Amino acid sequence: MMQSRGELPHWVDVGLIPLINLTVALAVSGLIVIIIGENPVEAMWIMLKGAVGSLKGWGYLLYYATTFVFTGLAVAVAFHAGLFNIGGEGQAYMAGVGAATVGLGLEFLPWPILIPLAILASMAMGAFWAWIPGVLQAKRGSHIVITTIMFNFIAASLVGYLINYWFRPVGKMAVESREITGAYIMSAREVAREFFGVRIASSPLNFSVFLALIAAWAVWYLLWRTKLGYEIRALGANPAAAVYAGIRPDRIIIIAMVISGALAGLVPVNEILGVQHRLVLGYVGGAGFVGIAVALMGRSHPVGILLAAMLFGLLYQGGSELSFAKPEINRDMVVVIQGLVILFMGALEYAFRPWVAALFFKVEGK
Amino acid sequence: MLRRTLLAAAAALAISGTAALAEDKPAIVFDIGGKFDKSFNESMFNGAEKFKAETGVAYGEFEIANEAQREQAIRNFADQGYSPIIAAGFAQAAAVEKVAKEYPDLKFAIVDMVVDLPNVQSIVFKEHEGSYLVGLMAGMASKSGKVGFVGGMDIPLIRKFGCGYAQGVKAAKADATVIQNMTGDTGAAWNDPVKGGEITKGQMAQGADVVYAAAGATGLGVLQAAADGGALSIGVDANQNYLHPGKVLTSMLKRVDVAVFNVMKGGNANFKPGIQVLGLAEDGVGYAMDDNNKPLVSADMLAAVEKAKADIIAGTIKVHDYTADNTCPVQ
Repeated sequence: MMQSRGELPHWVDVGLIPLINLTVALAVSGLIVIIIGENPVEAMWIMLKGAVGSLKGWGYLLYYATTFVFTGLAVAVAFHAGLFNIGGEGQAYMAGVGAATVGLGLEFLPWPILIPLAILASMAMGAFWAWIPGVLQAKRGSHIVITTIMFNFIAASLVGYLINYWFRPVGKMAVESREITGAYIMSAREVAREFFGVRIASSPLNFSVFLALIAAWAVWYLLWRTKLGYEIRALGANPAAAVYAGIRPDRIIIIAMVISGALAGLVPVNEILGVQHRLVLGYVGGAGFVGIAVALMGRSHPVGILLAAMLFGLLYQGGSELSFAKPEINRDMVVVIQGLVILFMGALEYAFRPWVAALFFKVEGK
Repeated sequence: MLRRTLLAAAAALAISGTAALAEDKPAIVFDIGGKFDKSFNESMFNGAEKFKAETGVAYGEFEIANEAQREQAIRNFADQGYSPIIAAGFAQAAAVEKVAKEYPDLKFAIVDMVVDLPNVQSIVFKEHEGSYLVGLMAGMASKSGKVGFVGGMDIPLIRKFGCGYAQGVKAAKADATVIQNMTGDTGAAWNDPVKGGEITKGQMAQGADVVYAAAGATGLGVLQAAADGGALSIGVDANQNYLHPGKVLTSMLKRVDVAVFNVMKGGNANFKPGIQVLGLAEDGVGYAMDDNNKPLVSADMLAAVEKAKADIIAGTIKVHDYTADNTCPVQ
């Protein structure tokens, strides 16, 4: 390997190489845009401007990022324990049932009690949905990847049934619950209007964005500053050594999955309590799977996850503005561009590293 | 039928003058299924394309990719002064309501759902009436006395199709059996032709010899399986008789394309807020007859279905609407 000739400075690894990867991803995307007969520079410009060129764009970017931070952290915690939790999608979906049940059933409570209760119920449902595969893995050895994928399907059917026959008011066509009025998290726009008297552009950004920051800090503290976090990381790094050190793998597997599920269970706080104010069929919309990419790209570190989530927020919001401005670049094209970014930033992260290292040492004259 | 509706629309336009056309910037927001779903959304897309071809006026369009984009897309069009803005599908109701309130000067239309605002036109269809007619034809065409129904996602709207169909079947043969199955509980159920085909084979194994698909792209698998297995099928939304000539008994037409065309063509000048209910009387729903299914439909059948149609329009036959009380009088 090239790096055996010497250590690359830190800034090359965390700054230069990701930048090269991103540039290559965008260049390949640009080629595809050319193939369908559009101007790639213009397309990139529309994407960037749509995401970071206005307050509204930022609002959407951060709103998407909030959800991705939750699902990204969920994947990361399990990943540190050596578990690949593919079930964030289903856990977040089930969690919505918890949030909506409390939000609708206990709406007579004042909001300072109701909102924390709804958040806790949401996390509890998410944790429960991850606990079952956790127990199956710990006690029965059922592979977590298989069980969590299966639980996504079970959740999709179960929540679909519950919304259809439980939450949906009679005569209402859309498959969704009635409006949640009590457990209502204000959007940034409403806060600006109510408390500061300022009108800002409409976006779904709400208080949950702070919850995302708190969650990221909490995960960092848990993993690197507590005994439990050490046990989780030890198990993930080397199960045999962990057992030798007196760590009980079954216990850690279950705990890590429960924490993972609880983090995925924060998604409805942003999506349901913060934006839709209703339990909507299929509201997670793939965010659980994006969380896997976010966690991989962020190297399962909370800071990396925050940045990766923002990058995905940018791609989502910029992509939506792009297909809005250029109907020829439809939503499937946008998915292609997002996929290329994942490919080069995540899967092929080290593809250019040997060349960069060779070039670097040549310039240094070593 | 189509020609009559178009003529009426054209006449209305001629009376009011075409001056408003220059300022109209119509836009359409498709639902998650996407504009090429060979069904509901594509039908609306065809209506919009027809408008473009006829008038030369470009329209704005957007395909939703996630829940948050519903409101964003409608709001984006509103920000840019598009009007009328058409939202496809009941799932967009909340977003339309929110944005329409903030832009009282712009016109909005929503299909398959009611939004009660002075600047919104709500277009809903009496799918149970059209389904009754194709059910009647299925009942008469069936030799085994057993017919099938394959729904897409299990929602009240689709049960409305199934309930109207069952009523029609029973009207033809009181002792007939209607085997009803839904493809699934999630949006994926609209786009699963393989599963649709399997369900159809299952129904055929139970003796069904006519199968009605109300399942979006899943229905393509239903029609295929029925054609392969020697049974008759019934298409939905658009005229799907051509897909398997001589093997599709008829199609239950739901003219969302005409609805979109009329809203776009009418523009802001002829915009009518309120609820527009399109049933048999308005040619909003119906059954499809063309060269492909002519040999399958006997003169008796045609006479019976035309009589039922007239009776429903006159009010002598009342088809129960499942969504009124979430129950169906027949199974």
